Amino acid sequence: LKLNATSSQTAGPYVHLGLTEERSVACLAGEMTKGERLRLRCSIFDGDGVPAPDAIIEIWQANSFGKYAHPDDTQEKPADPSFSGFGRLPVGEDGTCTFETVKPGSVAGPGTSVQAPHLNVAILSRGLLKRLATRVYFAGEPGNGTDPVLALVPVQRRETLMAHSDPSRSGDWYFEIRLRGEGETVFFDI
Amino acid sequence: MNVRGYRRPEAGTQPDYLYPPYRATTLRAPSQPLILLPHTLSEITGPVYGHQEIRETDNDLTRQHAGEPQGERIVVSGRVLDEDARPIANTLIEVWQANAAGRYMHHNDNHPAPLDPNFTGAGRTLTDAEGRYRFVTIKPGAYPWRNHDNAWRPAHIHFSLFGNAYATRLVTQMYFPGDPLFPIDPVSQSIPDAKARERLIAIFDLATTQPEWALGFRFDIVLRGRESTPFET
Repeated sequence: LKLNATSSQTAGPYVHLGLTEERSVACLAGEMTKGERLRLRCSIFDGDGVPAPDAIIEIWQANSFGKYAHPDDTQEKPADPSFSGFGRLPVGEDGTCTFETVKPGSVAGPGTSVQAPHLNVAILSRGLLKRLATRVYFAGEPGNGTDPVLALVPVQRRETLMAHSDPSRSGDWYFEIRLRGEGETVFFDI
Repeated sequence: MNVRGYRRPEAGTQPDYLYPPYRATTLRAPSQPLILLPHTLSEITGPVYGHQEIRETDNDLTRQHAGEPQGERIVVSGRVLDEDARPIANTLIEVWQANAAGRYMHHNDNHPAPLDPNFTGAGRTLTDAEGRYRFVTIKPGAYPWRNHDNAWRPAHIHFSLFGNAYATRLVTQMYFPGDPLFPIDPVSQSIPDAKARERLIAIFDLATTQPEWALGFRFDIVLRGRESTPFET
């Protein structure tokens, strides 16, 4: 080891100026993108249960076949040139934003395990000295029971990683992020 | 599938989430310990983003409007490396900052300092094959914030980098040498290790200073290096 990684600092309250005013990505899926369309609505609440209106959310996900658009994904699965897998949005005054994307496929996990469909989610905001990482899984997905990452999470907290579908609108999913305190979302040290 | 992950930080070189002197952390830092996630394909891959959309003036924040912005013109340049000192080529760097008066072009910044119609304060660039980058901008001013009585942030430029993987994403701030506000700033002081804190301070650099035109500052950024062997289950 020759050098130490540079320290993180908060993105601050004006993060939008650099990262989302011109460079938001709300819609990840184009006309040519393969897979099941979904709209994922995310909300962020702070330790008082109040929306965190100045946060931004970044997502990173595999395509509908379960392959990431990245050279280090050597799985023998189809690429989807119309899908980059990256999105980012500021939340509104209500702490909420909505991504339009496709449902990711299952991705290989450690050893012979298989990771259930999930999105990697990171939050940047004032009051966060480092970005905060979590994952969105899909409630009711059969593969959740054998997912190697969910297996690391105490059973009673796994629910905090589940998005829920809206029974009245097919393809609409909702994920709630609670930064601190009651119902606190599970966050990962990645 | 076992993958080669990225290294964990050296003790003390990264802030914790909770740092009460920075008041906003007390409502936003998780109270439960984070769950250590051995890296999978999801963490060792990452977005290749924005490469098609860099405009010619994106790395010169002094040329984005009809006129020249007020303030002290500076050149900020450096290299992006990993912990093994290997260059990170072709990676996106995004920056944002206050103007010379310490005011951000942002609807939430209402402090009584003037906006500059010739300065937005946002830029982006890609590193070259040797990991080098270069921005031309204006030295940002210090500005007050309401964290504590008479609180002022030292002058800084926000930096955002992706690197080669989701795991290497970094958002940080670059500070300026000799700033009397730095040692009393709760944001910079949240980093426990003094040497790590000092590495966020750019170095004044006569070699990149342009005669009759702009002062040069050098700021190198190091992203996490790769483990030498795959993670074993």
